[in-house]
Amino acid sequence: MKLIKAIVRPNKVDDVKDALAALSIFGMTVTEVRGHGKQKGHTAIYRGKEYNVSLLPKMEIDVVVSDSIADDAIKGIVEAARTGEIGDGRVFVIPVLESYRIRTGEKES
Amino acid sequence: MCGAGAGGFTDGGRAMSGADTAWILMSTALVLLMTPGLAFFYGGLVRSKNVLNTLMMSFISLGFVGVLWAVLGYSLAFSGGNSFVGGFSNALLAGVGLEATLGSIPDLLFMAFQGTFCIITAALISGAIVERMRFSAYLTFICLWAIVVYAPVTHWVWGGGWLSELGALDFAGGTVVHVNAGVAALVAAFVVGKRQGYPSSSLLPHNVPFVLLGAALLWFGWFGFNAGSALAADEIASLAFVTTMLAPGATLIVWCFLDMIRSGRPTAVGSATAIVVGLVAVTPAAGFISPMSAVLLGGIAALPCYFALMLRAKSSLDDSLDVVAAHGVGGATGAILTGVFADMAINGGSGSGLLFGNPGQVVTQVTAVAAVIAYSGGMSFILLKLIGVVIPLRASEEEEATGLDITQHGEEAYLHVGGTLTPNNG
Repeated sequence: MKLIKAIVRPNKVDDVKDALAALSIFGMTVTEVRGHGKQKGHTAIYRGKEYNVSLLPKMEIDVVVSDSIADDAIKGIVEAARTGEIGDGRVFVIPVLESYRIRTGEKES
Repeated sequence: MCGAGAGGFTDGGRAMSGADTAWILMSTALVLLMTPGLAFFYGGLVRSKNVLNTLMMSFISLGFVGVLWAVLGYSLAFSGGNSFVGGFSNALLAGVGLEATLGSIPDLLFMAFQGTFCIITAALISGAIVERMRFSAYLTFICLWAIVVYAPVTHWVWGGGWLSELGALDFAGGTVVHVNAGVAALVAAFVVGKRQGYPSSSLLPHNVPFVLLGAALLWFGWFGFNAGSALAADEIASLAFVTTMLAPGATLIVWCFLDMIRSGRPTAVGSATAIVVGLVAVTPAAGFISPMSAVLLGGIAALPCYFALMLRAKSSLDDSLDVVAAHGVGGATGAILTGVFADMAINGGSGSGLLFGNPGQVVTQVTAVAAVIAYSGGMSFILLKLIGVVIPLRASEEEEATGLDITQHGEEAYLHVGGTLTPNNG
């Protein structure tokens, strides 16, 4: 099993969800995050003082999938989330040792 | 606050008017709503870990200052006494009954209306010392301040005291409320000291929609503050209502342009601030000037206040929510411009100002502003220093870093996910 951690633009979450659904991947965890790679931020002004906003809002989508469909899932996510501009995000892949379903207590393989 | 005359009341023999009473009943409720409005205006501007504490600083005034006003403050402000301060003849509301001896509304209602002014004036000061002042010290300060500073200053201007004798014009509280609180705020920011991390860290508003909502409630309530100060449901109240609509509008226009010159974009926080600045500036003038003068006054007042705000942002004085720029500078500007635009042809009970043949009025206004600055500034300093001997004015460094909501009140404002607090069933 692999944990696929995708950090994408907030407005791309629906496209990524659709791409995963097309592969019958429905289970996921989504978190609001802030961060940046090369993308430059912007300046804000509050009451007379300027601030640099460099940590930009993104969404992190975590899915755990079996090894057999991991590559397809990664490809699907990358294509769905891409706009071609700096700030599109990243996908990280981490091995998963075990996974349990809480409702039944069963261990998944 | 002046219907027929600066600091005076209508002839004592007038019968009670149902219309006037109805309007002032409504105005009292409107002004009371301004204190919660202020709470949210301020609350949205602070970080989320301090929002409850900031709200509490306004809400608590409704209790302590409100009751103190009835018990003692009203008497010191409005009973006979001398030119400096009233006496004790109305303490515990003795002699303050349901008859309309002071004007066309029941005396008790007049007391209540004035009380809502005292409540919000005290709460205004909190903006300068949010996110670091110890709640117990703050509460002690505003209670003492209401009695020792607010009541006498009110007496000077509206209670028949020396500034009214001098002919100073203050329709609804430019000096009594805004310059008064603004100077106290300046002193408090100086004595209490700056927040950890100011000015290098990002100490940013956590909820700008609250700020706009707060500004909206303030504007709504301000119609009671200004138009209610006519103490009658009549033409002067209507005039004050319209100037209270137009002046902040003009301030908002000018402020938008100033924001765009400075950064290319008008801002929401700036707009909310502009509205408050305009309301503050028109407060001393509301029933004394023409509507077009109000537009000019509102537009002009944007400039010194915007400039004061820029100055504060560059200075080491952490007047966190710009009480000085909005209320101190705004109130003083409005008070002085009252001396320019006041027109006896509009309101026979007022004086006239510079533009209508009486340049001396400007001098009188400046005198009033200076006197309030000196007294409020000096006394606020003394009170804070005295209180500081008994109660530390600041929360501890650790308390400030953790957040005042948890450390001063044991509460968190935003518990989004259940299960992060477990009940102590032991």
